[in-house]
Amino acid sequence: MSDERKIAFICSKGTLDMALPALVMGWAALGNGIDVTIFFTFWGMDIINKNRVDHLEIAPVANTSMKMSMMGIPGNLGIPNIVGILPGMTAFATKLMKDKMKALEVPPVREYLQMLVDAGAKLYACKMSVDMMGLSKDDFVEGVIDIVTAGDFIDMTEGAQIVFI
Amino acid sequence: MVAKTIAGKTVEVNEEGFMTNPNEWTEDIAVEIAKEEGIPELTADHWKIIHFCRQSAGTSGKAPTLRQITTGTGISTKELFTLFPKGPAKKVARIAGLGKPEGCV
Repeated sequence: MSDERKIAFICSKGTLDMALPALVMGWAALGNGIDVTIFFTFWGMDIINKNRVDHLEIAPVANTSMKMSMMGIPGNLGIPNIVGILPGMTAFATKLMKDKMKALEVPPVREYLQMLVDAGAKLYACKMSVDMMGLSKDDFVEGVIDIVTAGDFIDMTEGAQIVFI
Repeated sequence: MVAKTIAGKTVEVNEEGFMTNPNEWTEDIAVEIAKEEGIPELTADHWKIIHFCRQSAGTSGKAPTLRQITTGTGISTKELFTLFPKGPAKKVARIAGLGKPEGCV
């Protein structure tokens, strides 16, 4: 089965937590010999933007899953939204998450992407997003094959399982 | 679990074909399983990876993940995927006589 199985991920979000699923699952798929294509669109463009990829963040505001328990305080105590809006809180939450990832030997997003490319993943940027954000191929990390339209993506993923993130 | 004869030796394997006792593994068995996995000949780099995996599993009790293999051996991701085409994750572990890797990276 793995000879024919194909997976395509659509990355539409640019926060640190939403960058990881396609990287983790894509890597797992490649390790099992499955063909992987990733299409970056809208805010997901940040993941392949070479000026943005090292600066993906996670905000504690309105994030009902981010609890104090992440900092070792037991129970369900949340981070109050009014605290979350203070300057530096997004940077703090981001550092917390990055430290936890590092402890688990999860590579930073830029390196993770490179691993996927080296393992054969095909990365594409969405034409409409590129036009909207005034980007060009030079703005992307190495490994992004091309800027393609939604129609191109649909054509090239015939028979693939599609995961929208 | 079933008994299977590989390279003239009877070993225990699970339903997915992974050996269950790493101590039953021999280099001849590795050569045989590699052929089953579509790798006709094991080169020095293959052996470097296999020995690293066994050493790593000897300490941690688990087959290493692909990233642990590349960091531990200095063999690049590209090379690893060329040496074990069509998905190295399970292939490496099977050839090295270990269980399926448990980590995600």
